[in-house]
Amino acid sequence: MQTGLYKASQRPRTYTGSLIMQTLNPGDTATVRRIVSELKGRPGPLLEVLHAVQDALGYVPAAAVPLVADGLNLSRAEVHGVVSFYHFFRESPAGKHTISLCQAEACQSRGAEALADHARRRLGVDFHGTTADGRFTLEPIYCLGNCACSPAAMIDGRLHGRVTPERFDALIADEAQRP
Amino acid sequence: MTVRVYVPGDAGATSVGADETARAIGEEAARRGAKIEVVRNGSRGAYWLEPLVEVATAAGRIGYGPVTPADVPALFAADFLEGGKHPLLLGPPDKLPWFAGQQRLTFERVGIVDPASVRDYVQHGGYQGLTRALSMTGAQVVQAITTSGLRGRGGAAFPTGIKWKTVLDQVSAQKYVTCNADEGDSGTFSDRMLMEGDPFTLIEGMTIAGIAVGATQGYIYLRAEYPHAHRALKTAIAAAYQAHYLGPDVAGSGKRFDLEVRLGAGAYICGEETSMLESLEGRRGEVRVRPPLPAIKGLFGQPTIVNNVVTLASVPWIMVHGAEAYATFGTGKSRGTLPIQLAGNIRRGGLVERAFGLSLRELLYDYGGGSASGRPIRAVQVGGPLGAYVPASQFDTAVDYEALGGIGALLGHGGIVVFDDTVDMARMARYAMEFCAIESCGKCTPCRIGSTRGVEVIDRILAGTDAERNVQLLEQLCDTMVQGSLCGLGGMAPFPVQSALRHFREDFRARTRQ
Repeated sequence: MQTGLYKASQRPRTYTGSLIMQTLNPGDTATVRRIVSELKGRPGPLLEVLHAVQDALGYVPAAAVPLVADGLNLSRAEVHGVVSFYHFFRESPAGKHTISLCQAEACQSRGAEALADHARRRLGVDFHGTTADGRFTLEPIYCLGNCACSPAAMIDGRLHGRVTPERFDALIADEAQRP
Repeated sequence: MTVRVYVPGDAGATSVGADETARAIGEEAARRGAKIEVVRNGSRGAYWLEPLVEVATAAGRIGYGPVTPADVPALFAADFLEGGKHPLLLGPPDKLPWFAGQQRLTFERVGIVDPASVRDYVQHGGYQGLTRALSMTGAQVVQAITTSGLRGRGGAAFPTGIKWKTVLDQVSAQKYVTCNADEGDSGTFSDRMLMEGDPFTLIEGMTIAGIAVGATQGYIYLRAEYPHAHRALKTAIAAAYQAHYLGPDVAGSGKRFDLEVRLGAGAYICGEETSMLESLEGRRGEVRVRPPLPAIKGLFGQPTIVNNVVTLASVPWIMVHGAEAYATFGTGKSRGTLPIQLAGNIRRGGLVERAFGLSLRELLYDYGGGSASGRPIRAVQVGGPLGAYVPASQFDTAVDYEALGGIGALLGHGGIVVFDDTVDMARMARYAMEFCAIESCGKCTPCRIGSTRGVEVIDRILAGTDAERNVQLLEQLCDTMVQGSLCGLGGMAPFPVQSALRHFREDFRARTRQ
């Protein structure tokens, strides 16, 4: 997928490698340009811009970096430096559903590590991995603020508490059924 | 007559099914032709009872919980809309032993009000603090905060009034009030609960701060892991603008205060105030060297208040009831109340707001009811991932800044994570170093390199390689990180390691890996 000329619905599920060769399709280019022009007047806009890009495209493509840099009068290194600093920004697309398992202490005290082992086995991927069918991406997260109902997980922005391995399987089955 | 039914919309409550319960109640009411209005309030913080459903009856609010969708038909059959008897009946929630002993000042409205309604907020005493503040000079407001003894609830415990005074004394065309809502410590959720359950209190506190020191722009720096709180804040801020409590003419005073939420992006270090400011400016969240202090040269180089959510949300109560009233709570130099969060392996986990000074034991056993697993509590970590592990022999220590400091621990943001006797303290020590390595901003060497070396050294100890010497090396490494790091991340990440070595040395023995 080197040309990058694909429709949004056909965006590749896995990271394709070369940063230099990647280009954005005209639609995504227009989206990034629109976001930059809408937000560039705000004080300290870079994080806002990157959030908006990730909301719109699902990740921050390397090919968006020069567009953002140009629009905000920053160097590409500065923009790339910010994208790579923050765990939340993805440089490659995630699967259809993102499952974040809390790995912090309060969840560890209630079996977060065993849950993570179960999730890895069940999905057949390690943390940061995406299942072969592109359905699920598994991420570690350090505290969801649900420490009185641990272990906690977040699936596509929805918080779940007291997640046992059985509950995890039920949640996965629910998500798999969603369109 | 329409009956009000409260089903928490708090993220923690929804994580255990509150949305499904709310939907089931709505559907069952429609089926029966019962007229109800479902209000999505915040959580009162008794998470083992969530979803805790409340009904507004003639005799006051009556609670039922935990209510699953399957319980809903039986609740209607038992006339729960009039407080009818049912096995899940709890009675008036504020009469439960868990709440009866609490001293809810900052959290007085959390779980009570509709977090989306300015009107409900005002009906419950909201914006009286602002009215009071508007009748005073900025210097008088700052003096009141100083007199109250309020210290930063984010963890550093710096006197809030002194910080405000510094900003007040600066001459500048633009000043800022920033709220640190990057609540990243494991075991803490009080900021989240407040933002979701009573966001107007935070907005009011920030408005008072802005007007007192002459700042016209406020930012709430919210962590990206809190999408529910993000929605709640955006809704509340829009409502506050609509009601002219924000904008060019705050409450008809002719004074301006604007407020917006900015999202972080998953970096624990951005809870450190200078890296939070870097992040707000749109950069990598790398720590700044101090001085200059943010109060003098903060956001965009301008004088800036940086306070935690709970700190700012405590301001309205102080303005309404007076600084002296606030200072009557607490002990020594720890004045007022602290929302303490009981988390992890605890039977009754949740939020306990009490004056400083009660003991860990009271919290763990009287409020918490012991461990959730039923096994003995072996250790608690107080104050987040940078806080020390406290062994059972020290559970009589009082929860205040000085008493915990006295045993080499720290109170931090008031989170207590409970571990039973199955915990492997060497693994927890290793995790502390690993977490620091993942979250280090990379600016200073002791933190960036030291944390990675720390993981390696602990691995060698556990592998039985030259254990004695490596334990010594680990102690020296901890010392270097504490002394040499630029900020609290590298400077405090050794605390859990050192405390584990001190109190649980027997866990640092060689083991065979599975």
